[in-house]
Parts: sequence; structure tokens; C-alpha cells
Amino acid sequence: MTDQYHNEPMLELFIFESMQLIEQMEQLIIANEKFESYDSDAINEIFRIMHTIKGSSAMMLFNNISTLAHSMEDVFFVLREDKPQNIDSSQLSDLVLEGIDFIKVEIAKIRNGDEAEGDAAALIESLRIFHATIKAQNYTVSDQEIKDTATSQGNSAPKKQQYYISKVRTEPQSYSNSFQATLYFEEDCGMENLRAFGVVNDLGDLVKEYYHIPEDLDHEDSAEVIQEQGFTLFFKTDRSLEEIHRTLSQTIYLKDLQLTQVKNSEPFDDLHEERKILLNDSAKIPASSSREGITNDQKESYSSASQQSIISVSVAKLDQLMDLVGEMVIAEAMVTQNPDLKGLELNNFEKAARQLRKITSELQDTVMSVRMVPLTGTFQKMNRTVRDMCKKLNKDVRLELIGQETEVDKNIIEHISDPLMHLIRNSIDHGIEMPSDREMKGKPRWGTIILEAKNAGGDVLIIIRDDGGGFNKAKIMSKAREKGLLQVPEDEITDKEIYNLVFLPGFSTNETVTEFSGRGVGMDVVVKNIEAVGGAITADSVPGKGTTLTLKIPLTLAIIDGMNIKVGDSRYTIPTTAIKESFRPKTTDIIVDPDDNEMIMVRGQCFPILRLHRRYHVNTLVTNFADGIIIMVEQDDQTLCIFADELIGQQQVVVKSLPAYIKHTKKVTGLAGCTLLGDGSISLILDIAGLFTVKKTG
Amino acid sequence: MSENEAVDSEDQVEDTQKGKFLTFCLGNEFYGIEIKYVTEIIGLQPITEIPEMPEYIKGIINLRGKIIPLMDVRLRFRKPFREYNDRTCIVVIDIREIPIGLIVDSVSEVISISDEEIVSPPSLNKEGNKYIRGIGKVGNDVKLLLDSGKLLTDLEIENLENI
Repeated sequence: MTDQYHNEPMLELFIFESMQLIEQMEQLIIANEKFESYDSDAINEIFRIMHTIKGSSAMMLFNNISTLAHSMEDVFFVLREDKPQNIDSSQLSDLVLEGIDFIKVEIAKIRNGDEAEGDAAALIESLRIFHATIKAQNYTVSDQEIKDTATSQGNSAPKKQQYYISKVRTEPQSYSNSFQATLYFEEDCGMENLRAFGVVNDLGDLVKEYYHIPEDLDHEDSAEVIQEQGFTLFFKTDRSLEEIHRTLSQTIYLKDLQLTQVKNSEPFDDLHEERKILLNDSAKIPASSSREGITNDQKESYSSASQQSIISVSVAKLDQLMDLVGEMVIAEAMVTQNPDLKGLELNNFEKAARQLRKITSELQDTVMSVRMVPLTGTFQKMNRTVRDMCKKLNKDVRLELIGQETEVDKNIIEHISDPLMHLIRNSIDHGIEMPSDREMKGKPRWGTIILEAKNAGGDVLIIIRDDGGGFNKAKIMSKAREKGLLQVPEDEITDKEIYNLVFLPGFSTNETVTEFSGRGVGMDVVVKNIEAVGGAITADSVPGKGTTLTLKIPLTLAIIDGMNIKVGDSRYTIPTTAIKESFRPKTTDIIVDPDDNEMIMVRGQCFPILRLHRRYHVNTLVTNFADGIIIMVEQDDQTLCIFADELIGQQQVVVKSLPAYIKHTKKVTGLAGCTLLGDGSISLILDIAGLFTVKKTG
Repeated sequence: MSENEAVDSEDQVEDTQKGKFLTFCLGNEFYGIEIKYVTEIIGLQPITEIPEMPEYIKGIINLRGKIIPLMDVRLRFRKPFREYNDRTCIVVIDIREIPIGLIVDSVSEVISISDEEIVSPPSLNKEGNKYIRGIGKVGNDVKLLLDSGKLLTDLEIENLENI
């Protein structure tokens, strides 16, 4: 039980670290693939990453990850050491990315508390073949040796157990040299025991017998021992001193290395004894300072975190903080707008209240900014999508990213990643033509997709622009007719309306279903995802020139600027971003058509009127247009005039969802949620997009 | 050690609540609801109406920052609506993590009814007793014991039928 307790933070650290490294590596590979060769920096970096992952996953007993990482490391070792010229970089990238995917899946399993039981044998086998071929091509060694390394790898990889590293060789070899090595790590490197284990693992294929001090690297206390006394290794090998020295000096964070050759005749028994003595010594240290050891470890992880001056916080905690700040905004309004204070002249109170208001609004801004995350990560992921798609479809597409530093609320980012990927897939699959077709049309061979993000008021616009064939209007129309999706008379439909038909459920113009798209479920799932965060999507296209898809996404969901209005006894809140203007209507401007639809002329344009009290059956005395007020709202190029009793005022409101029980009972169209006003009463937040559908059906 | 104690005391809490019912009245009848579901009893508060809801869902209230829906139990049981007065109470209950307020004519007391004194309702009429779990005998009085779960779940079935 105590072991589990100890392992938990380590496991978390392992997952976090590995994921970061893997992502970093993915970026590197994709960046390098563009140049169709790997520069030495990248090779070194990937080698180092694989090395770390191998060590740490072996340490955490995830053998499948560590063996896979090991074979990837082998490949990059050859690349680094021998610098072969004519390697098939695209095959290499495929293999490595496949490996990365495998590790990602396994880590996801571990995170979910499942057993990481995936089998990478096939992948390791292909890596081994690749390894052997590049070796054979570039490394003039006898066939025998290749076979030897191949078999030794083939044997050692699957058999490798937690601490026992199998050294099955096809022929008996004499291990002529014995060495003693002592390694000191840099003080702040952290997880010394893990790194030491990595060293042992590295030597695995080179040495025969080995002993190390401290013996038990699994225990956290050993980290401290290594930190203080260094990590001592005794081993027998047939390699020369130089070779061993070179291998050992590759260790990351190595501060000092002492390597001495021990006399061959000296029996290992001596070492056994020496080890015992030393072990006794070291055993005392953890016993007396086991408590300190733990705190030290924690301190270490903190200090290493503060070095980057970034800490990772769970989103749940941020949500909680956000909720609290929301409550505080309401509480502040309750105090400063307290009805008991009406009519009193309180200079000092006013002063203090102003101060409070300033601080709460600053606090709110800060909390909001904490939740803001740049889109970089989401955008970068698309590189991989584009790459995989191009490979599969034999197309040539370049992805350009603009404005990836634009920040969006964390919750929203999670919702847009999948839709974005889907849209990009669609663009490559349906939009961009084959290179030969493009040349015939006089376009550059490679297609370009521009992924752009920018701020626009309270929204973020994400624009996906491709220079492919564009939408085929006739095809869309015939498809829509066939599926009965047309709701507007055909001769009245605008181009834009035609293009936006593709977002309707059950619409797909691609004749053949490909691996990536064409099932007709994609687009409406995209739309649903985007709408879930209060966003909208529009499409525009120029035939032969390309397509532009625009996602409009709100910056944040939690707190919005709202205009409070009154209808009878009820209060409603309209998001300020949707409001165009508000005015007191003149009865002469009102038009009523034979179906009793009311409309109003404003500056020569005619807009429909929605009476909130009639729509929601609220009793109110204000039914004459001259007594109330009209609020003109706009959403997705549609405009509507809402008729209400009066405006109460503008305020920042905290969006709360309606109780689950109410939502279960009925989904009320036109209501987005509710919020608490300063006096403790509840106001219902209007969903403008929902009101338009209400208007149409009603 | 301490864990065991905590478990014990939790059991005790369960025990002390067992067999206790909060009784309230609607017109002439007395109803009882298991006390473990009851969070609190509050006086009537300003209610925010939600449009397009069934008649018996009166709206939502703000209970210290939490938004809680209100159900008028009279209307739920298809009894005539009675104007709210200063005796009208809201019994806030929490059923399977869903908080809901029940508007009742008045709350009377908490009583213990042992299992032996609870009889199952007669199965004569098919419609009337679907919310009643049993009938508790207390002295000469009779209390109708509510099946709180059904108050919520039956509603969903009804809705499906409406559609």
C-alpha cells in the first residue's frame, strides 16, 4: 500500500514527462521530414528523447514501451554515429511516427488505469529490419556481425525483464575486461535512480556481468544515495575502455565520470563483498532519512518546475476558482447595489465599494486569463494530420499556420480540436486536387491550406482556407434535392446558402467513402461540436480557386457581458455582443402583415419583431410598442427585433446552466442558461441563435 | 482506526434517519417523505418562471447561489391550485444528486414510523397511488408515504408519451 502511495506521483510525472517528450519528438520529425533529411541536431534530440523514455518506462515497468523505445533508439544511434547518407527518410518517419502512436496509446491506457498490454512486436521487428538495412548500407562490417546484433536484439528485446537484462549471444565470448565506473549526476537533474537505471540499460548489450551500488534502484531513497555518493558500477565486458567511456559519457546530466579498469584476475567475489559493505553503509542512510528523502524529492520536483516558472494545475481546480470568483462578482453586486442603501448618502462607503469593484474586476480578468491557452498546440497537431493524409492520398499539401498565439478558453480548445481536424481532412480529401490535375489547371503542384486564428471582438475567428477546387454548386444542389434537404425555393437560393447546405446532417458529396471522410456524418458532427461551445461555422467558396471555412468561437463561456431586460416580472439577459442597437419604436414604423406577423422599418430596412411576453407567455402591462423598447439583435447575418418592457442595465453575468431536472423535462428553445443578478434574483439568458429557430417554426 | 470510526458514525447517521419521515399536508391529507432525502425547509421565495414548462414546474429559485427547480406537489397530484400563503413551504430534497424543491401547503413534523406500521397501498385504482410507496399508521392518523424517486422518474415517462 505504501508502495502504491509512493508510485502515484511518480506515475503522474512519468505520464506528463513522456507525453511532453513524445509531442516534442513528433514536432521534430514532422519539421525535419519537410526537408527530407534529418539534421544532426534533430537526430541527437530524438535519440535523447527515446533514451529518456526507454529509461523511465523501464523504471516504471512498462516493458513494451521501453523495448520499443529501445529499438527506436538503436536506429537513431546508427544515424548519429555513422551518419549514413542515403537513408529512406520517409520510411523512417513512418516507422517512428507509428512508434510514437503506439507509445501514446499505451500512455493513455496507463493514465486511465488500464494495463499497458499492447504488443509492439511487429513494429519492433520492422524497426530492426530498418536498422539492419541502414547498417548494411553504410557500415562496412561483416555480415556475421549484423546478424549477431540482429539476433542479440531480437533475443534481448522480448526477454527483457525488470532488472534482468538478458545477454543471449549466439557464440560464447570471453569478457576480458573488468571495469569500475562511478557516475555523478548534476545536482538538480532529479530522479537519479531512474537515470542510473538508464545507464545500466544502456550498457545492457555491451557488458556481461554487472553489479551496481546502490543495488535497489527502484526505491526512491536510492536517488539520494546516488546524489551524494555517485552511482558505482562494476562490470565485465569485451569492449575496450574507450568504447565504454564513450557510451557512459553520453548519459544525460552527467557531471563526472570515473572509469577505471579493474584487474582481470580479481575475482568478482571481492566485489560481492565490497558491495555488501557499501550496501550496509547506504542502507543506514535511507533508514535515518527516509522522511527527508521524500520531502527532498518533492522539493526537487518543485525546484525543477520553478525553473521553467510554469506549473501545471488541474482544470478542475481552475473551474472551482472560476466558480468562486463568479460567486464573488454576484456577492459584490449584492453589497454595493443593496436596496437598503437606496437614498442614503454614504461617501466613505462609496469609496470603499469602488475599490472593491475594481479589485473584483481585476481578479476576474486574471482568473480568466489563467484559463486562456494559446491555440498553438491544437494547430501544431494539424501538421501531423496533413502529413498522414498526404501520404495516404498521394497529394502534396503545405499547411500554413497564422496567429497560433491567439488565446482561447481551455474548455473551448478541447471542443474545437476534433472539428478542426475533420475540416482539414475534408479540405485535403475533397478540396485539394491531385498534383497532376493542379498542374493542368496552372496551379502550383502543391496545395496550400492556411489555418488562421484571430480575435474579433468577443469572438475568435478560425479560418481554414484552401486553394483547391472549391465547392461544386451543381453537385451540392442535386445532392440536396435528392436528399430533400432544400427548404428554400430553388430559384431564390443564394450561393452562400448553397455552400452552407454541406453542414446539414446526412450530406456528403464525395462519391466514394474514403478512410478519412465521405460518410456524411462528419460535417454535422463538426457543427454540433462547434455549436456546443456557442460557436458558428460558415462556408464560402470560389469555384476553381478554393474554399474558406470560418469558425466563430466565443472567447470564453463562463462570464459574458450581458444586457438585462425586463418583461413583466421576469428578467432576461441578452449577450451584449449580439446587440446592435436598442430604441423606442414609433408606432408609424410598425407594419403588420395579413398573417399578423409584426415588422418594423428601420432606416429603410424591414426587420421581424419578436414579442418576448407573447413568446414566453409572460403577463405584462406593456403591450403597446410605444411603451416598451426594441432591442435589435444580430446573429449569423440574421437580424431580429426583440420587444421588451424596459432595459435594466448592462452587467457582467456568470453563466449558469439550468438545473438538470429542468433540462430533462424539456429543452426550452431560446434559453441558453440563467444567471444571478445583484439583488439575488434570477435572470434567464437568451440564446439568440435559438430565438431565430423559434421564430421560423413559430 | 479512525476510518473505522468514521464508518461507524456514518452508519449511525443512517440508523438515526431510518424510519423517520417528514410529514407535510396538502389539503386534507398528510404525506410523509423519508428524512434522508430532505436537505432543508425554506419559506417561499421569489420564483423565476421558466417558459414552456409543465404547469407543476413553477420555476427556479436561487438558494445561496445554487439554482433549484421548484415543483408544486399539489399540481403534480392533479389537485386544484391553491394560492400561496405564509404557511406555504418549500421542502428541498436531493434525490440521486438532483436537488429539487417541493412546494407544499405546510410542513407539520418529523415522526418515526416503524416498518411494521407501514402497509402497502391498496391496489384498487390504477392511477392514483403510483407515487405512494406505502401507508403509515400513526395513532389514529394515516400518512401517505411518498416514493420520492417516482416523483422525478415518472415525469420522464409521461413526457415521452406526450411527444
